[in-house]
This record gives sequence, structure tokens and C-alpha cells, in this order.
Amino acid sequence: MKAASQTRPWRAAQRLARVASEIGTNLRRLVIGRTEWAIESVIRLCGWSAILFVFSIFGFILLIAANAFGTLDWREFFFSTEWQPDSVVKPHYGTLALLVGTLSVTGLAMALAAPLGLGAAVFISEFCHGKVKETLKVLVELSAAIPSVVWGFVGYMVVAPLVIRFTGAPVGVNLLNGGLILGLMSVPIIVSMSEDALRAVPDAYREAAVSLGASRWEIVYRVLFPAAKNGLLAAVLLGVGRAIGETMAVLMCTGHAVKIPHSLLDPVRTLTATIASELGESPAGEMHYWVLFTIGLELFALTFAVNVVADLVVKGIRSARNY
Amino acid sequence: MHGIIDVCLDVEPVSQPAWSVFRPSVGRPWFIGHVKVNSECRRATVPTVPQSTIAASETPERHDLPATTAAGGLGEVGLAGTRNPFAASPLERRKNAKEAIARVVLALFTFVLIAPVLAILVYLVVKAWPVLGLSFILENPANRMTAGGIWAPLVGTFFLVVISLAIAAPIGILGGVYLNEYAGNNWRTRVVALGVTNLAGVPSIVHGLFGVGAFVLFAGMGESVLAASCTLAVMSLPVIITSTREALNSVPMAFREACWNMGATRWQTIRTIVLPNSIGGILTGVIFEVTRAAGETAPILFTGAVFFKGGLKEHGLASFFPYSLNEGCMALSMHLYTLATQVVGVSEPIQYGTAVVLIGLTLAVNSVSIGLRGYLRSRKKW
Repeated sequence: MKAASQTRPWRAAQRLARVASEIGTNLRRLVIGRTEWAIESVIRLCGWSAILFVFSIFGFILLIAANAFGTLDWREFFFSTEWQPDSVVKPHYGTLALLVGTLSVTGLAMALAAPLGLGAAVFISEFCHGKVKETLKVLVELSAAIPSVVWGFVGYMVVAPLVIRFTGAPVGVNLLNGGLILGLMSVPIIVSMSEDALRAVPDAYREAAVSLGASRWEIVYRVLFPAAKNGLLAAVLLGVGRAIGETMAVLMCTGHAVKIPHSLLDPVRTLTATIASELGESPAGEMHYWVLFTIGLELFALTFAVNVVADLVVKGIRSARNY
Repeated sequence: MHGIIDVCLDVEPVSQPAWSVFRPSVGRPWFIGHVKVNSECRRATVPTVPQSTIAASETPERHDLPATTAAGGLGEVGLAGTRNPFAASPLERRKNAKEAIARVVLALFTFVLIAPVLAILVYLVVKAWPVLGLSFILENPANRMTAGGIWAPLVGTFFLVVISLAIAAPIGILGGVYLNEYAGNNWRTRVVALGVTNLAGVPSIVHGLFGVGAFVLFAGMGESVLAASCTLAVMSLPVIITSTREALNSVPMAFREACWNMGATRWQTIRTIVLPNSIGGILTGVIFEVTRAAGETAPILFTGAVFFKGGLKEHGLASFFPYSLNEGCMALSMHLYTLATQVVGVSEPIQYGTAVVLIGLTLAVNSVSIGLRGYLRSRKKW
């Protein structure tokens, strides 16, 4: 008498079950593999999205700005200070004064923010410990979170009267005001970036210096600055990039005069402020509108260049240093 | 035995100079003990050193050094009648002075950076005090924006932030996952990272122009809540990617390796091990992004924010959903800009009140983020 498991139909059933389970396993493997593949490609796409967006920002702005390229006088665009887009007789689209306005406000802001930011970063990361350090870091972080429109508001309502009172300027919204506000705004970025750069210097450097009898300041000056100089430079460059692109604060604080400033108390106008104030008033599909997009392109190129240089400064040297 | 103590500077850098005493008569220096130096009275005490091995009789003499010697030209009288080895040399004194100056100047820099921020905050609150209250927040702007509160702009900002986050957070987090978990160390990764940096550096007004070109015109959304949210989302993307990447980077590699050893695939590892262990850091980054999106004005200036919108409900459930997705909305940041520069006859407290609410909102959310980060850091398991 055969056991039940030896009968033919039973064996057939067993074989069937084995085949089915094999198919199931393969199927499961297949599904897992497919899911894995699908998810990985989604993630890959998300990873590349940043690049995608950078290109599409450039592309879409170029698309609209390109309408102006045929008739735009490039020599005038770059080298003339005449900005009269609304003129009925002959509109002029010279952006030199705007560019100089942007650069002067940025320059003033950086002259203020770079030493302040670097000094504060050194103080926080090298001279403070424990609670004090944490508190200062949090304060800096919080002041980085203040929206630019609030800074603009402060410049417009609070700093402007002070500027008039202390300098006797006819208007309070001018280069000085804009530079002050922009400087205060960009300090937190510089502080946190340069603090990162200082932290990246290995402690062994500090210990070696201390064992040679160096004081704290000597360590900072002779060891940390040379070791972290690329990071610090990159921090300042990123600050410059942000300052060039800042819109609301300079829109509200710099006054609106399209001319090359001759003193700190002259009102100026920046590239960003021009776009912000005029895009709403210029009808779409006209030269003025397209030229504003061309200015946007100019801004994009400017900040792109600054950012790439900052990146090269950090990364290019990072490969060369050996810690 | 002999009357000379050789005192050598310990190479270990400590703030209180530590001196080691060696007995020189033996072939090589033989460590005896530390000499603790009290810098005020210039008294040296030598602990746990047998009297016979060193001439400890010199020690009490240091008690009655004349005050002038102790303060000024320290070092005329030394342990064994030679120069005081504990005295600061002119070089050291110069060094200390320099360090003190540096410390004061740097502290001043930090003060100059932080004080105006605090002063401005206090000034804003003081100026806004007359209007601050629940009714200011819950009422809509009225009478050509010269009266009433800020409810409508507040809700508008809320809408913009929530929708932009709903778009940006998944893309940003997955982007961070790609950069940290999938991307190898090659030029393509570097290009992607450079793209993230550059996207973060694009001026906000250029984001606005992009929004006009891509969402308002090309995608046909018109100037609407949706278009503005999309613009804000693109702007927040790099920050979320960067913070996610950092959060993932802090998960130890051993966690992943253990999971891979169990036969888990990459995505299973990420889903079950990496993401749960870094969710706090990711959340912190996302919350931080909320404040940035809430405060931005330039990107929404031409993509969906409007100066004023009348006829909005003020009470009941409808007041929470005053805008539909395809029409413009008011926003707090835009409202502040409008009140400050575009409208005449707005009373100062209302302007300052708007600024205070905006700034308070961002600072509050940011503090939550910072607190959360501190909490998570304190209970980190590895």
C-alpha cells in the first residue's frame, strides 16, 4: 500500500505547487525589482530637478527676453545711463546706472558686513563656549530669518528719519540707508557660512598652535585664517550673491533715482528694484516688458557667476588640502 | 643634596600655567610633581614632594615679596634667587594685551550685529502696541486698508506656504535622498550639487520672473494662488534638499550596512532605516523653509499676490477659505509692502502691527524648529 504522498495525483499537485511558488518568487522578485527601479528613477529625477529648474529658469526668462533682442541696442543697454522706458518719442534702455546702483549698494553692504560677519564668526566659534556660544548662534540664526520686506520696512520707517537727522541728507532713502540695511541683512549668512569654514579646520591645527605657545588671537590670525581662507572667501562671495539679488529691502530703502551715485547720500536704483517696481506697470508684450526680463537675465548671469566662483573657491581647494 | 630646582614649561597648553619640577642631578630629568602657582601672591606650593629632594625652603620666602615686585617687574627674585620663572615676559605681556584687544573688538562686532536686531524688534513692538490684539489678527483690512486687521493677508500667506510646501517637500526630500544615498562621488553629483547651490543663489525677483514665464503664462495658471505657490516651491527646493542631505548624512553608515546585510534593497533600507532615523533633521529644515516662504515678497509680486481683495468673509468657516486656487490672494509680506509704500493715510500702529505679526510669525516658527533640533539632538541614540 502506497503512502498518500506517493500517489500520482498527489505528486502532481506537489509539483504544481512547487512551480507556482517558483513563479511567485520570481514574480515577487520581479515586482520588487520593478518597484526598486521605479522608485530609484523617481528619486533620480528629484535629484536632478534642481539642475532642471536652474535651466528652466534661464530658459523661460530667455524665451520672453528674446523678443527684445532683435531691436534692443546692446551698446546702449550695457553702457548708457539713460533709462527712459516710458518715453513716447524715443525710449532709452540703458542699464549702466542700475548696474552701478546694484554694485554700489552691494559694495557698501559688504564693506560693512564682511568684517562684521567674519569678526562675529571668529568670536562665536573661537572665543565663546557652552551656553553663550549656543545663544549667540541661535540669535544669529533668528536674525537670518527676518523677512527682507521687514528689513525694507525698517529702513523705510526707522532708518530713513535717522539718516536725515544725522547726515542732513534731503531724503532718507538713499545709498547709505540701503547699504546699512543690506549689510545688516547679509551679516547672518556670512556669519554662519564662515563659522562652518572655521569649524572645518581640524582641531589638531589649533592644538599644535597652542602647544607652541600661541594665544587665541594668534591662532585665529596665523593659523585659522590661512587654513580657512577659501571657506571665508566663499562665505563673503555668497553674501555678495545674496546682496546683489536682494529685492524688497533695496526697493524700499534706496530711493528711486536712476543715476550713478557720487556720494553716500545720493539715492540710487538697483537692477532688482527696477524689475520689481516696473514689471507691474509695463504691459505684457511690449519692449519695456521684454527689457525687464533681459535685466532679469543679466541678474541671473551675475549671481550665477558669483555662485560658481564661490563654489570653485571652496571645492577647487578642497581637493588640494589634505586633511 | 643640592639647592637648585629646575623648572621646565610643561608643553601641555592650559590656561593656568602648569610647571613641572624635575630633579636634574639624575641623568635624565626625573619628574617629581606639579608646582601650582597662585598668580596673585606669587606663592609656589609644591605638593607631595619629599623635602629632602628639593630645596623647599625657598617657597615660604615668596610670601613676602614686595608688592611692587609682584605686580610689576615680576621676576627679579626667583625660586633660587634667580629670575622669577613665572613672570610674564614682555613678549607674553604684549601677546596677552593683543589677545584682550582682539577679544573686546570681536565681542563688539558681535554686539553690533545683534544689538540692532534686538533694538529693532523692541521698537517695532512698542510702536505697534496700540493695535496689537486678537481683533487685529481676526479682522479683515477695511476702509481702503487704513483700518481693520490682517486676517485676509494672514490666511493668504498660510495658503501659499502650505501649497508650496506640499509641492516642494516631497521633491526636495527625495532630491536630498538622491544626493546622499544614490549619487556617487563623481562629476555628475558635483554638477547636481552646483545646481542646488545656484538655485539657492538665484535672486528672488528672478524667481518671480520665472514664475511669470513658466506658471502664469506658459502653464496658463494666470496670476493665482497656484502660480505663486509653485514659484515659492521652486525657491524653497534647494534649502530643503540641502537640509535633508545633511540630516541623512548624519545617519551612521553602519545602520545602512546592517540593513543591507539582511538582504534589504536600497529603497527598503532608506524607507525603514535611513528616513525614520533622520526625520527630525528633515523636519527642521522643512519648518525653517516655512518661515522663508512666508516672508518672501518678490517672487509672489507678479505671480499671484494682489494689493487688495475686497468682499472677503470675516466670520465662520468661509473666512478660512477666502481664496480659490485660480485667483490672486493677499499675502502678509505683500500687505506690509503695500501699507508702507503704496497706501496713503495708514496709521503707523497698523503698519508696525503688520510688521510685528510677520516677524513674530517667522521667529516663532523658527524657534520651534530650533527647539525641535535641540530636543532631537539631546536624545540622539548614536
